[in-house]
Amino acid sequence: MTTAPQLMFIGAILFALGVAGFLTRRNLIIMFLCTEIMFQGILLNLVGMGLMRGNLQGQAVGLFVLVVAAVEAGLGLAIVVMLYRRRGTLDAEKWSLMRG
Amino acid sequence: MPSQTYAIWILLAPLLAAVLIGAVGLRGLRDKSHWLAIGGVAAALVLALMLFGQIRAVPEEARADIFTRSHKIYEWFRPGFGGLASLKWFDFEFRIDPLTGVMLVTVLSVSLMVVIYSSGYMRDHHGHPERGYERFFAFLALFIFSMCLLVLAGNFVLLYVGWELVGLCSYLLIGFYYPKPSAAAAAKKAFIVTRIGDFGFAMGIFLIFWRCGDVSFAYVFSQAGLAKLVGWETPVALLLFCGAVGKSAQLPLHTWLPDAMEGPSPVSALIHAATMVTAGVYMVARCGAIFTESPTAMATVASVGAITAFFAATIAITQFDMKRALAYSTISQLGYMFLGLGVHAADAAVFHLFTHAFFKSLLFLAAGSVMHAMGGCIDIRRFGGLAKGMKVTAFVFWVGGLALAGFPFLSGFWSKDEILHAALGVSLPLAIVGYVTALLTAFYTFRLIFIAFHGPLKLPQGVEHAHESVPAMTIPMLLLSIGAAGAGYIGLQHGGKLNELLRTVLVGRLEEHAPGMAHVMSPEAAMAMSGVLSAIGILSAWYIYRRKPMIAMAAAFAMRGPYELIKNKYYIDELYDAVIVRPLHDLGKFCYGFDRYFINALLWIITAIPRAAGFMLRSLQQGAIQGYAMGMVIGLLVIVVAVLSAT
Amino acid sequence: MDFVTSHILSILIFLPIVGAACLWVFPPRAAASIRRAAFGISLATMAVAIAATVIYYSSSQDDVRAVRVGKLGLVEQHDWIGESGMPNPPRERCHETPLLVQFYVGVDGISLPLILLTSLLTPLAIWASFHAIQDRAKEYYSLFLLLFGAMLGVFCSRDLLLFYVFFEFTLIPMYFLVGIWGGANRRKAADMFFLYTFAGSVLTFAGVLYLGWKTYATGGGSLRFDLDSLYRLAAQGHLSATEQTWLFLAFFAGFAIKVPLFPMHTWLPLAHTEAPTAGSVILAGVLLKLGTYGFLRMSVPMLPEAAVNCASWLAVLSVVGIIYGSLAAWVQTDMKKLVAYSSVAHLGFCMLGMFSLKMEGLTGSLLYMVNHGLSTGALFLCVGMIYERYHTREMSKIGGLARRMPVLTFFFVFFTLSSIGLPGLNGFIGEVLVLMGTFISHTAQRGSPAGPLGPLYAAVAGTGIVLGAVYMLFLCRKVLFGPLHEPEDHAEHEHDAGALPIDLTAREVSILVPIALACLYIGIAPKPLFELVQPALKTQVLARVEPAMKPEGSFARVAGRPLAVAESASTERSARVR
Repeated sequence: MTTAPQLMFIGAILFALGVAGFLTRRNLIIMFLCTEIMFQGILLNLVGMGLMRGNLQGQAVGLFVLVVAAVEAGLGLAIVVMLYRRRGTLDAEKWSLMRG
Repeated sequence: MPSQTYAIWILLAPLLAAVLIGAVGLRGLRDKSHWLAIGGVAAALVLALMLFGQIRAVPEEARADIFTRSHKIYEWFRPGFGGLASLKWFDFEFRIDPLTGVMLVTVLSVSLMVVIYSSGYMRDHHGHPERGYERFFAFLALFIFSMCLLVLAGNFVLLYVGWELVGLCSYLLIGFYYPKPSAAAAAKKAFIVTRIGDFGFAMGIFLIFWRCGDVSFAYVFSQAGLAKLVGWETPVALLLFCGAVGKSAQLPLHTWLPDAMEGPSPVSALIHAATMVTAGVYMVARCGAIFTESPTAMATVASVGAITAFFAATIAITQFDMKRALAYSTISQLGYMFLGLGVHAADAAVFHLFTHAFFKSLLFLAAGSVMHAMGGCIDIRRFGGLAKGMKVTAFVFWVGGLALAGFPFLSGFWSKDEILHAALGVSLPLAIVGYVTALLTAFYTFRLIFIAFHGPLKLPQGVEHAHESVPAMTIPMLLLSIGAAGAGYIGLQHGGKLNELLRTVLVGRLEEHAPGMAHVMSPEAAMAMSGVLSAIGILSAWYIYRRKPMIAMAAAFAMRGPYELIKNKYYIDELYDAVIVRPLHDLGKFCYGFDRYFINALLWIITAIPRAAGFMLRSLQQGAIQGYAMGMVIGLLVIVVAVLSAT
Repeated sequence: MDFVTSHILSILIFLPIVGAACLWVFPPRAAASIRRAAFGISLATMAVAIAATVIYYSSSQDDVRAVRVGKLGLVEQHDWIGESGMPNPPRERCHETPLLVQFYVGVDGISLPLILLTSLLTPLAIWASFHAIQDRAKEYYSLFLLLFGAMLGVFCSRDLLLFYVFFEFTLIPMYFLVGIWGGANRRKAADMFFLYTFAGSVLTFAGVLYLGWKTYATGGGSLRFDLDSLYRLAAQGHLSATEQTWLFLAFFAGFAIKVPLFPMHTWLPLAHTEAPTAGSVILAGVLLKLGTYGFLRMSVPMLPEAAVNCASWLAVLSVVGIIYGSLAAWVQTDMKKLVAYSSVAHLGFCMLGMFSLKMEGLTGSLLYMVNHGLSTGALFLCVGMIYERYHTREMSKIGGLARRMPVLTFFFVFFTLSSIGLPGLNGFIGEVLVLMGTFISHTAQRGSPAGPLGPLYAAVAGTGIVLGAVYMLFLCRKVLFGPLHEPEDHAEHEHDAGALPIDLTAREVSILVPIALACLYIGIAPKPLFELVQPALKTQVLARVEPAMKPEGSFARVAGRPLAVAESASTERSARVR
């Protein structure tokens, strides 16, 4: 029987891993995967909070997040593919058009 | 038929003519357009004569209350709403009384002659119509409609409507030859200068509305209305007089009238001599009830009139352009009318308006006939001795000239004498100015006649011979010359029929208002004096310009300074240009510059703040995705620390 | 049918908006059918507007016709955000302030003339674009229809937030109309137009929110924005004079820029000059009226004390605007810029009449809005027609067109005369009433208390009548009269395929004729219009402001002497004389 704090602890670890990965890697696909990891961390947190409050709202929102994440993954990967086609590289540093 | 039905059809006849000519003139009518105009005006004239008969048939005792009535046609617009009195609408209403009747008959009879004359004048020597022939008659008919509206108006706002509409027609007709820059400029000047006067007029109307709460003549001139104006007569009268000064080309707003001679001659005859310019006189006469209550206003009216009369007469002596000389003469004669109004002789002033309409329009038509024969040339230095070739024109010019000069027993003599006699009873200096002007009038009129019509034949280049005009032009002139000679007998002396009729509506007979003023001269002596003065003027013109032409040149040479000053119309146009027009134009340039350089600079400074801030912050924007992510993580940590330390 | 009559205003507002979407079904090449469809939709909207007017006219309650008493009609009220039926919130949820924004529309005698003006001018403007707009027709006409819907929405709104939404929404289509189809300097003009007006209306939004909060704070139950509750605030004394002044200034920021009042007018000449002809027509004809309508509908009745206190300042700005605009118009060399500056002067008259706070002035002001829309709109159309032929608006390059284009000259002079207030045409009635109202404003007469302005304002503003004639006739003389003068390269263009004939085409004439007829109608027989407008002004505006106006005498200083004294002196004298 897992408890809420355990779930949330694992969620926090996942989130921190995702953040660390996102900040240190340069490959767009890896960075993208890291955001997915962050998502899963938050999802675990939501479920955990739902357990704490003793209702199903947390899990409901969690399911919602899953769906959104799936959609977002499709969009994001499509964008990554587009970017690769444009420049032939996945290095994030090559994309700095927004530089002021 | 009730009187307002007459009035409606008097208005509709010329208006319909104008609209029809405008609608089908260019396609169907073309050189037959004048028939519609003639028909419309003739119908209106017949109706006006019938209406006049109806007005005369009213017994004298009944006039006073019948003529304070308004003839309401429909409700036009209303200023207020709510409350009791303010439910009042400004009506489209007529006032039909002897003054209206006299004005209508004057306007329409002169108009009819001028319209017939124009059908001959607006063609070349082969009888082909000029370009814009139909437009001319449409505008002319529209003008006649507007003028009738002006004199029929039963309240101040409607009077103002007619007032502005005649101004518009004047604008359109002065600018008839619009490709000529001088004509386009003169039209604009006429409209704007008269509008300056209208501004005062409008303010006067507002003042009346403010005090009385109504603008209908029937109320304002009633006992109750006048009681509300007590204490305010002087400002009201002076403001209204501003309008009259503009429209009737009195000092200091006279400058537009001489320039208005750029229009075709029939227009000068009808609008700028006989009818429209007398609107100011009509208005002051109409508002006599207000003017006579204010001695200041009366003195102003009289002095402006007298000074203008003299001033314009001096300019008329030095002009070589026949129409311009006549234009200054018009200004001068209008000055006489205001002098009459100002000395409590409103009926004499309206009488002079009546006679002046005939002889002055006659003179202008004759000048137009000369101009037509001389191929558009109107400079009297370039032709002379025309009497041999143009017998009818010379004859009618003589009749008109004698009437204008106030030669005994012609129309101008009677009316001018009445004004001067009334002036004698009020103010000796004004009367003296009037008599001197009478002398000058005779002199400048016959200067024109002797130079243009007598002496050896002289023709401008390109004109083979001086030929008489077509019957369409000469017949109206002959008819008008009957009026110019005989119109005076209608109102013969004090107690004449016209004056009797007018007196019931015109407030301000001399005897009532200045009973204590002793007359310097008996009426007969005054009459003899004006006759003698006019004869002296004519004889001296004959002597100087026929016998000893050198005198004029020598005099001009000896007094070069004053001569140049007068010849250049006292440089008033130049003065206005330098003192008013240019500074205003420069102010306009300044305003535009203020817009572009000051306000927009201010805006630039305001927008510079966010721009500078953005410039400073742009270095934070590196464009690298991890940089932004780092910022977010740091922010997150800060929040976490803050939350933790708070709990 | 019943559904239609009860929802006529929604139909009116959304018909053009839905129509704009429908235009996208056309293939992009089908420019001809797109513009015909757009014109058809705008005509249909006009028909709905006329139907709405008829229904409003015939509507009555307890045997009293709404028109006669100036009551609101054709009301539709639906909740948009929040619920109106909710009772006061339970105690534990007090920290949540419920928001209540309604789709609340209705018309009265103030908004109907402007709705009719809008629905007359917009179809004509669309029709006038047939020749001028050749590329990106779909975008152009759909933006135009969106603009149409938004403008109608502004005039129908009875909820301040809804009003604000529509008010701001008009900016977006106009921004693109100027920025895409405009002249050479269009980008700058569009940016300036957008930023200028938007900067002001952000402040207005702050005022809107404050008022909404105030309704909640004074026991409205929620943050309400419907005008009924907002009018009640000042009437029940919930707004102090200071609050009113600040709110007035906040509203002023948005509305005065839109009007535009001196010195916030500098966006106008640029936007007008660069906008396409139809854009200028709508900009001058309707969009400027949103500002004056805002003052008339919101500032004055909602914040009466502030309106009375600030009136003299506003009047000073208006009078300065009249003279400044006229003088600046006089020195222009670009025809469109001249007409644009004349708008500054005209709108000055409009504001002056409104802040006389008298029936005369208010009526004049409202009529002036309509008149200015008609005559200036038509003048822009005329200038546009010249531009389409000669490809220039410089007065030095063209002259004497009367000889080539007599029909255009007729209309040009006609609308010039209407613009300078020739009696018998529409301009006169508005001008006379505005000046009359300003002139008599300082006196308490016939049941209305003393207003804030006086004869001095009228006298100074009256010089605008003369100056108006100066610059407009200057324009006529330069362009129409004098010797014929055409741009040098004109002869080459003249025989191009698709070039316009020398004088106006039947289409162009039929664009101008309806406007000319409207001008004549208002000038000659405006009685029905007065019967529509004045009761509404009385109940919707005057009745709300008059309590705030001070009793007789306190403002009544004319030329240095207290009026009360002059008044008693004159009655004394009249007693003596008579």
